[in-house]
Amino acid sequence: MARQARQWRVGAAGIAVLGLTLTACGGAKVGDSSSDAGGSGSSGKCGTFNLAVNPWVGYEANAAVIAYVAEKDLGCKVTKKDLKEEIAWQGFGTGEVDAVVENWGHDDLKKKYITDQKTALDAGPTGNEGLIGWYVPPWLAKEHPDILDWNNLNKYAAEFKTSESGGKGQLLDGDPSFVTNDEALVKNLKLDYKVVYAGSETALIQAFRKAEKNKEWVIGYFYEPQWFMSEVPLEKVKLPEYKAGCDADAEKVDCDYPVYKLDKIVSKKFSESGSPAYDLVKNFSWTNDDQNVVAKYIAVDKMTPEAAAEKWVEANRDKVEAWIK
Amino acid sequence: MTVAVEKPEKTKPVEPPAPVEEARKVSRSMMVGAILVVWLVLFLVLRGKQTLALAAADLTDLHRWFNDVNDSIGANRNSNPLFLYFFNEIRLVIDTLVTFVQELISQPSADRPVPQIGWLGVVGIAGYVSWAVGNWRVALLAVAGFTFLGLQGLWQESMDTLALTVSAVFVALLFAIPLGVWAGLSDRFNRVITPFLDFMQTMPTFVYLAPLTLFFLIGPASATIATVIYAAPPAIRITAHAIRSVPATTVEAADSLGATRRQALLKVLLPMSKRTVVMGVNQTIMAALAMVTIAALIDAPGLGKTVVQALQTLDVGTAFNAGLAIVVMAIVLDRVTTAASAREEAARRSKNRFLAWRRPLLAAGAAVTAVLAYLSHTYLWAAEFPGEGGTGSTIRSTADSVTTWVQDNLSGLTNAFRDVLTNSLLNPFQALLTDSPWWLVGGALIALGVVLGGRRAGVTTAVCVGLLVGTGVWSDGMTTLASTLVATVLVMLLGVVFGVWMGRSALVDRLIRPTLDAAQVMPPFVYLVPFLALFGATRFTAIVAAVVYAAPVAMKIIADGVRNVPATTVEAATSAGCNTWQIITKVQLPMARGALTLATNQGLIYVLSMVVVGGLVGAGALGYDVVAGFSQGQLFGKGLAAGLAIVLLGVMFDRITQAAARRTSA
Repeated sequence: MARQARQWRVGAAGIAVLGLTLTACGGAKVGDSSSDAGGSGSSGKCGTFNLAVNPWVGYEANAAVIAYVAEKDLGCKVTKKDLKEEIAWQGFGTGEVDAVVENWGHDDLKKKYITDQKTALDAGPTGNEGLIGWYVPPWLAKEHPDILDWNNLNKYAAEFKTSESGGKGQLLDGDPSFVTNDEALVKNLKLDYKVVYAGSETALIQAFRKAEKNKEWVIGYFYEPQWFMSEVPLEKVKLPEYKAGCDADAEKVDCDYPVYKLDKIVSKKFSESGSPAYDLVKNFSWTNDDQNVVAKYIAVDKMTPEAAAEKWVEANRDKVEAWIK
Repeated sequence: MTVAVEKPEKTKPVEPPAPVEEARKVSRSMMVGAILVVWLVLFLVLRGKQTLALAAADLTDLHRWFNDVNDSIGANRNSNPLFLYFFNEIRLVIDTLVTFVQELISQPSADRPVPQIGWLGVVGIAGYVSWAVGNWRVALLAVAGFTFLGLQGLWQESMDTLALTVSAVFVALLFAIPLGVWAGLSDRFNRVITPFLDFMQTMPTFVYLAPLTLFFLIGPASATIATVIYAAPPAIRITAHAIRSVPATTVEAADSLGATRRQALLKVLLPMSKRTVVMGVNQTIMAALAMVTIAALIDAPGLGKTVVQALQTLDVGTAFNAGLAIVVMAIVLDRVTTAASAREEAARRSKNRFLAWRRPLLAAGAAVTAVLAYLSHTYLWAAEFPGEGGTGSTIRSTADSVTTWVQDNLSGLTNAFRDVLTNSLLNPFQALLTDSPWWLVGGALIALGVVLGGRRAGVTTAVCVGLLVGTGVWSDGMTTLASTLVATVLVMLLGVVFGVWMGRSALVDRLIRPTLDAAQVMPPFVYLVPFLALFGATRFTAIVAAVVYAAPVAMKIIADGVRNVPATTVEAATSAGCNTWQIITKVQLPMARGALTLATNQGLIYVLSMVVVGGLVGAGALGYDVVAGFSQGQLFGKGLAAGLAIVLLGVMFDRITQAAARRTSA
């Protein structure tokens, strides 16, 4: 018993000494420097702005710039939410998402949330034009320029054979987020190809990157604006021209994809809130080149989205002023 | 990490087979052969007929109906009382819990720019708790591991992940332990709950991620619930198993002493099964960590987000760094819980004088920890992890250069290997499954089920085949099945080679095990990017991914089985003049037959849980259907059907292999 008491005393003394030493060497206390951490939310009547961030770099660029301007110029508290498109749209209805700032078509979602449920509104184009189509690596386009016309694709079908394509040429499809007509196209254009689903953007990019490096034959579904184009400038294959309505029946599509005017979608609630962030989203518009610059900062130069946005905004003050005037 | 349940029949030492049994086994394998021959002949005749193929964009009525249900839930969620008074309440409670833990360790709270407890406090608490529940060795590991997270430059992300994991595990255990006890006490409840558990573990998360956000909104609640669904089953199963394996004599003794049911439960059953229950907690933690990247897709904060964002730009280095942090956290938590489950036994055995010191030391430790926590609450240097994460950037650049080297130097070799395997094994096998009429494949599967697993397994197979046809994705299901079986064969090959090696040498086991742990919790996409460069977007890449994930489980189970072969038997064989090869093939492997079947069972289930990941790298079929259903509204129903098909395949093979295991070890 006595021994135990002695241990207790020793222990307590030890702790006291340890505690004192540590406290004595001290340092800055939490809450001492309240300069910038607490100050940003002070100005403006903006409040919280819930911005969905869909998982691709071009979108990230739009979101980064909008968030930067909303925070620095309008004094909003921006909450970025990393979400897939479908879930982001769902968020309009549940009130958890205010804006989606790069939307590719998605007529089904527009019908569901804008027309039927009336929880979302179209907030105009972003100024970016989205292209979808079939692309080949640059070396291939250079060595066989005629491959860029779909009429010649059958001539080269044998070169595109892989272990997956069952004796035909392989048409690599596949970010599952995008609508594709490729199976119908292959059938209706009587191409000797088989659609193989790569399954993710990562897989597509890796395939093209490797193809360019090792001079391999790859043809696949891709889209721009896309940061990868600044690393490997893929060439688009010409398909029969798009005419309004030629893709009306999914089974009978025999034409190229339309040019998508990318647009912004906001929740109804947000549009009626009077928040300056809504006006910013509505007025936001820039070119494909603008987006490519910011996307390159993020993807190739590995800057954080915030730093990339800051760099672009400081260099393009005039454009920004037009959005927030 | 999915099922890893220790099945009771695991490694019973098996008597050398009697001659009679030998004869029966021969006839069984002859029957299997006969079924396959009949199948092949009919396949050649009927090739390409009634294959139930469905194009990627086509839907069936069932799929459209799923879509409609989903839409109507979305449209009515604001007026439905079920939402107003049930789901919303659950969401509020869980949101509050998660936010509380986050403000404690990861996120700035109320008026503070930093969380309540900074890095020093968290490291101190981690070390202290590990020491208190485990031993000083795991305490050192915990301190080193958590400090490493900070050095990687990922402190806050790691704490977000930890906060979410802790909350999810807490909620999971709140339900899992009572349910597990119930399932352990009542056979009937056990039978009722087992299919639900199978469902929760094999249904791909992608399928219910989007609907979950409809029920519980975007935020911590949805992420936690998604994790709970996946992580709770192991704890339920293992708790039930623990209660069941308390020796009947002990329970009888308690009964005869006049203990009530309640007393028997609280004083006998629970204390005696504590050790195994802690293993269940361990499995739940591992499963929760395996969900980190998937939960990031619905805005769960933490390391998962870092991985997902890095992969948008194919930044393998950054993704690997974050993946490594998940691995480190998993290894720390795994070793600590394992030590906790072993501690009491160890303490009982070593009645040394250290024990008398334990209580004062614990108190002293608590005081030191409190001081550390206070410091980290008060001072900036102890609150925010110092430094820029230099170790992180070294790891990033090393991972990048290793990846580049591998891609540049190995791709010729790997392509040849892929083509040989695809053309000689995968393609013919897939043709057999997908080009045969559906009733022929179904009939063959049922016949195999009866021969290998008995009549009950046959009935289950028949039901599963019927439902599979009903899902409308039969053909995709067969494509996936072909890849799955090829992957399982590879898993078993690797499992036997490494399992035997590990089982025979403790040193090898100790060296290999951390790698196996890493392979199980490293988010698959981190290593899939280099694999994509090596093998392209092909079914083969998907198979490799599944093998990386599933082989460790098989290896561990087989190593365990080999180690449990009685040493006397091996000695007897050695003295009889057997060489090493003979000992392995004639003694150790046959005697570990139970472990081999269990390894096949678990290997298959683990491979199936990678089907969706496979869909992301070129496997197509069910995996792609699930992913596309998650991404495109009009394919939701098809994705759900594909998810159901995966569950059905899993249940079918689980029942067949388990029944087969019971037969071989009986």
